[in-house]
Amino acid sequence: MSQKILAKNKLDAFLQGLCRDQDLFAPVMKDGKVGWAPVATADQALWDFSNTEMSPKDFFFPQTECMMRFKNVQGDPQGMIMQAEPALNRPRVLLNIRPCDAKAFQVLDLIFVQDEMTNDLYWRDKREKTTLIGLACNDPCPTCFCTTVGSNPHGTTGLDVLLVDLGDKFLAQALTAKGEALVGDLPAAAGGDEAKAAELKKAAEGKISGGVAMDKVNSREVMELYDAPLWDRVMESCLNCGTCTFCCPTCHCFDIQDETQGQDGRRVRNWDYCMSWLFTMHGTGHNPRGTKKDRVRQRFMHKFKYIPVKRGGEIGCVGCGRCVRLCPVNIDVRQVVNDMNA
Amino acid sequence: MEAIAQKIREAAKRLLSEGKVDVVIGYAKGTVPMREYPYFAYTPEEAENLTWSSFCCNNLALYTIRRPGRMAVVAQGCVSRNLVNLINENQFKRDDLYVIGVNSPGMVDRRKVQALFPGKTITEVIEEPEHLLVKGQGFEERLERKKVFRSNCLTCVQRNPVISDEMIGEVGPEGHGGNIDKVAAPWEKLVPAERWTEMQETLKDCIRCYACRDACPLCYCHVCFVDEAQPQWCGKTQDEADVATFHILRAFHCAGRCTDCGACESACPQGIKMRRLTSKIEKDIRALYGYRPGMEIGAQPPMSLFKPNDPQDFIK
Repeated sequence: MSQKILAKNKLDAFLQGLCRDQDLFAPVMKDGKVGWAPVATADQALWDFSNTEMSPKDFFFPQTECMMRFKNVQGDPQGMIMQAEPALNRPRVLLNIRPCDAKAFQVLDLIFVQDEMTNDLYWRDKREKTTLIGLACNDPCPTCFCTTVGSNPHGTTGLDVLLVDLGDKFLAQALTAKGEALVGDLPAAAGGDEAKAAELKKAAEGKISGGVAMDKVNSREVMELYDAPLWDRVMESCLNCGTCTFCCPTCHCFDIQDETQGQDGRRVRNWDYCMSWLFTMHGTGHNPRGTKKDRVRQRFMHKFKYIPVKRGGEIGCVGCGRCVRLCPVNIDVRQVVNDMNA
Repeated sequence: MEAIAQKIREAAKRLLSEGKVDVVIGYAKGTVPMREYPYFAYTPEEAENLTWSSFCCNNLALYTIRRPGRMAVVAQGCVSRNLVNLINENQFKRDDLYVIGVNSPGMVDRRKVQALFPGKTITEVIEEPEHLLVKGQGFEERLERKKVFRSNCLTCVQRNPVISDEMIGEVGPEGHGGNIDKVAAPWEKLVPAERWTEMQETLKDCIRCYACRDACPLCYCHVCFVDEAQPQWCGKTQDEADVATFHILRAFHCAGRCTDCGACESACPQGIKMRRLTSKIEKDIRALYGYRPGMEIGAQPPMSLFKPNDPQDFIK
C-alpha cells in the first residue's frame, strides 16, 4: 500500500475532505480530559496527546444501545412485535485513534463476528461504516505495554491509514483500499521519510519499559492457573467496581433488558461487567461466580487465557494501560499477569 | 511522611509477630505515581510494604466489613470515624479491632496535580514536608501540598483518629482551615430548577461503574438497591433518569452517616465531584440534629432514630 505525505499546513483541507460525506471524530481536550468529539478543523483535534481517558469502543458498542422497539399493548395486532432500529445512516471516520485501540477492535471482531450464528449486526454495521485513521505513538506512557501483548506503538492492525508524526509533516500509510481512497491524492513519501518513521517506531518501542511475560501463561493448563494461590491476594483490595472493564477497549460483556413506559417498549443492551455479582446470578439463585475472588480471577483469566485458547492465540488485552491508570485500588494488570506467569 | 511510614511498619511488625492480630490493613506504594493502594500484611515481612504518603485516599474502614478474625487498621481521622460508624451500626465489635491511629497530613488530589500539567505524563512524585516534587518527561516542579489537597481534606474537621489503640506520631491540629459550610452554600443559592441543572452537569460523565459506591464504607448492603432484580428499582441504561436515580438514592442513604472522607471522589474514574451530592446533606444533618457521624462510640445516628422533638418544619 502507498506511503504518502500529509503536510501539517494541509491538515484542514484533508479534514474537509474527510467530513464531506462522513461524520468525523477525533480526540479533543475537554474539561481537562482527553475524549472523543466531532471535529471539522485540524485545530479542534488533538495531534499531540497520550490517549483518550476512556476507550473508543462505544462508537461500535455504545454503553446503552436500543436494539429494537415494540408497541407495549397486549392484544393489539401491532403490539409486542419487535421492530428493528435503523442502522447507522452516515459513515464515520475516527481520526487519530491509537494503534492499541484499533487493535482492540480487531480482537472484538473475533468475538462479535464469528460465524453465521454469532454475527452481531449492531457491532458489524458500525464497524463496516467506520474508517480508522490511526496516529502512531512516538511517546508511549509509562503505563503502556502494547509491545508485550502483540500490539505496537506504530501498529497497523485494524487501521485503514496510519499517520506517523515526523515533526514537520505526517507520513500517511494507506493500509486498506478504504485508506488508499483517502490518501491517494496526497504527494508520495520519499525514502528518507519512511526511514525516519522506522526510527521513530524503534524509539517508541524502546520507551516501553514495563510489560507482561506470557510464556508460562500460554503453556500452563487452564485449571493450573485457575487454582493458583495468587488470586487470594489479587482480590483482597478489589472493590468489584466496573472501572477496569468500562475503560477497557476489549471488555465487551453486556446485559439485555426490555423496558416499557406506557405504550412504548424497547429492547436495550447495556454494558455489564464480570466484577458484578449480578452479572452471573442465575434465576435459580445459584451464582457460579459467587465470590469476589471468582470475579476478579475471571477478568484476568478471560483476557490472558480463555480468549487466547478460544481465538487462536489472540490476547484479550492490547496494553493500553487504562485500567492501570484508573483502578481506584491500583490493581496493576501487568503485575497480575506476571504473577500468573511466575 | 517517611518517619510516620517507618513507625507504622514497626507497629505492624510488632502486632503481627506478637500474634495480636491476624492482619494489618494499611497502604502500600502504588505502581503508578500518586496512587497508593490498600494493602493487607499478614506477616512481619509483609509489613515492610506498608507506607504512608499524601496519596492514601482509599478509606480502609471498608475492608473491615464482614471480615473475620482480628485486624489492625491504619486510621487517620476520617477512617476512624467510619470505623466508629460501623461499630455503631453493629458491623463488628470494638474489641475485634486494633486501631493504628495517625494524624492525617491532608491527602492530595492527583487530578488537581495532573491538571497543572495538561497533556504531560507525571512519572514521579517525591514527598517533602510541605511540598511535592513532581517530575515528568522534560519537566520538574515543586508544588505546595495544601494547594493540591483533596477538597474534602481542606474542609476536614477531624484529622486525628477519634479512636486509637496506638497513636503513630504526634496528635496534630484537627482542621485545615477550610469552611465545610461553604461547600454546600452554592446549592442553597439555587432554585430547584437550577439545582437540577447543576446536578445534571455534575453527573454527565458518569459511566455507572459504581466505584463511588464500592469504595464507600457506608455501602455494605448485601444487595444494593441498584442491583435488585425483583423488583428492579432502577433502570440499567445511561439515560439521565437511571443515572440520577442511582446517585440521588445513594446520597440519601449516606445522610447522617457520611464522614466526608472523599473516598468516592478519589475512586471515580471520571473525576466526578461526588461531594456536590453529599455536602448539603451533611450540612443539613449537622444543622437539624447537631450531629456529626462517627465522632463517638454509642452515638445514635439521627436517621435511625425518632425523637419527639426532632425538627419537623420540612414536613409540609
